[in-house]
Amino acid sequence: MSRATATDLVYLIAIVGFIFALIGLSSPKHARIGNLAGATGMLIAVAWTFSLPSVYGHTKNLILIIVAVIIGTVIGVPAARMVKMTAMPQMVAIFNGVGGGAAALVSVTEFISLPGKSIAIYKICEILFGVLVGSVSFAGSGVAFAKLQELMTGRPITYKGQQPINAVVGLAILAVLVATVVTANTALLVVVLVLSLALGIIFVLPIGGADVPVLISLLNSFTGLAVAASGFTLNSNLLIVAGTLVGASGMLLTRMMSKAMGRSLPNILFSAFGSVITATGADGGPEGRTVRTGTPEDVGVLLAYARKVAIIPGYGLAVAQAQHVARELADALAERGVEVYYAIHPVAGRMPGHMNVLLAEANVPYDQLVEMDDANPQMPTTDVALVVGANDTVNPAANNTPGSPIYGMPIIHADQATNVVFLKRSMRPGFAGIDNELLYDPKTTMLFGDAKDTLSALVAAVKSA
Amino acid sequence: MTSAYHSHVTVTITGGPGLMGFITIFVLAAFVGYEVVSKVPSILHTPLMSGSNAIHGIILVGTMLILGQAHGTAQEVLGFLAVVLATLNVVGGFVVTDRMLHMFKPRSEAQATEPEKPPGDADPPS
Repeated sequence: MSRATATDLVYLIAIVGFIFALIGLSSPKHARIGNLAGATGMLIAVAWTFSLPSVYGHTKNLILIIVAVIIGTVIGVPAARMVKMTAMPQMVAIFNGVGGGAAALVSVTEFISLPGKSIAIYKICEILFGVLVGSVSFAGSGVAFAKLQELMTGRPITYKGQQPINAVVGLAILAVLVATVVTANTALLVVVLVLSLALGIIFVLPIGGADVPVLISLLNSFTGLAVAASGFTLNSNLLIVAGTLVGASGMLLTRMMSKAMGRSLPNILFSAFGSVITATGADGGPEGRTVRTGTPEDVGVLLAYARKVAIIPGYGLAVAQAQHVARELADALAERGVEVYYAIHPVAGRMPGHMNVLLAEANVPYDQLVEMDDANPQMPTTDVALVVGANDTVNPAANNTPGSPIYGMPIIHADQATNVVFLKRSMRPGFAGIDNELLYDPKTTMLFGDAKDTLSALVAAVKSA
Repeated sequence: MTSAYHSHVTVTITGGPGLMGFITIFVLAAFVGYEVVSKVPSILHTPLMSGSNAIHGIILVGTMLILGQAHGTAQEVLGFLAVVLATLNVVGGFVVTDRMLHMFKPRSEAQATEPEKPPGDADPPS
């Protein structure tokens, strides 16, 4: 077997490992094994690559490679081991950004080393695609990181003439791309690089904090495509398949996310949603309407004597770091024979599925984590829906108020439960900036205050009930 | 691999089996990715993102080839940077995903970590 064939074979094994990693994620049961299969595939591919003459041929370059891998590992492993689960979205943004940056650098270097003449046009196109998409992903992920890490405001950043400026940058890139294809000039490639980085930044600025999850999954897809482009450039099946798998998965996830928000992808990316929090309802809601405020003791009794309780967590739960106390409450209820489940909206948290990770970290068994579509049929038989730090995701206006900004968004039907309890800091509306009818419903009880404190009080109340 | 790596100059846009072959693989991979990922439940969407993130770290192989063949300071610096970034992507992505997936436990195991809780209390709904 020739070395080339052996290489193809080894890389095929790696590809199979990656596909098993994705297949494993179809259930929490074998997800971890799948991930190990993916990591093993990666290890095999990288180890084999060291055996290629083009890698070990020049000793100096080989040393550089080894040093670079060591540096990356020494920084990456501790960072990945120490990151808090609440900070996971930032971490994913960073790792995604560096991948995009690496893909862009591969394309740039390949362009520089191309022989001056007789370069097929499609080759230049592949390279330029890699540079463009990789750089946008790199710069965009950087800004997304800054937003999530709160190094800058999470609100959409808008300025006068934003759309025209973006359009001009876009057109400029297009023009330079065409010029580069025609002339194969390295200086022009640098211009493409700089403009692409700028595009990545101005593209992300107007996207608000709550929409960043969709953005990250889109950028993830971009990096995948940039890697696939590098695969075309380097004639590597391995890179093409792995990059495309990620590109497709990111696209699908992006679509599912925007569906779960009830908005189109262009609307999420370009509308600067949430930049203006409407004043209406910000202080007390519509005139003359009252809400029923309860005490933790009352609600504790209500919960303790219920048959079935749904906990509906939202972003507020993560902010208050209340996931552990929420589980304590669930345990206290379960000890009394109350059936407890968590009804989780797909966009709860700061990235797709984030709430599930936070609850799993708090030792909630995964069979208690119920997806929205499975939770909704159970709502009419649920005695108490305990809404913790969520608002828009249970707002009936999404179903019955065609004029509402969230109209059409799938929601958890907390309103169908016999009793509803809201744990909220104040009457302030949710991210969408709109009033929630459910807060004024006669069957709703409000418990104002910090989610963590209120939940602790509820635990005590349930135990003494 | 080496020969394939240098063969691009001979492939033309009009009819090279190489390019068509790569495009075929690209399209098929897109369908596989879409199919497989559509079976992932929303409870695992965060690990899916970080896991697929780790997979695109395969660019590490490309960066190694680039740096291995680099001539001159510019290419060496760019290649070096690329290998560092790609390594970060790979190790960070897989480690973080493993950490997350480790936390997803079925009821029996989640309870095993809290011995004070009486077993068998409140069986799983449905």
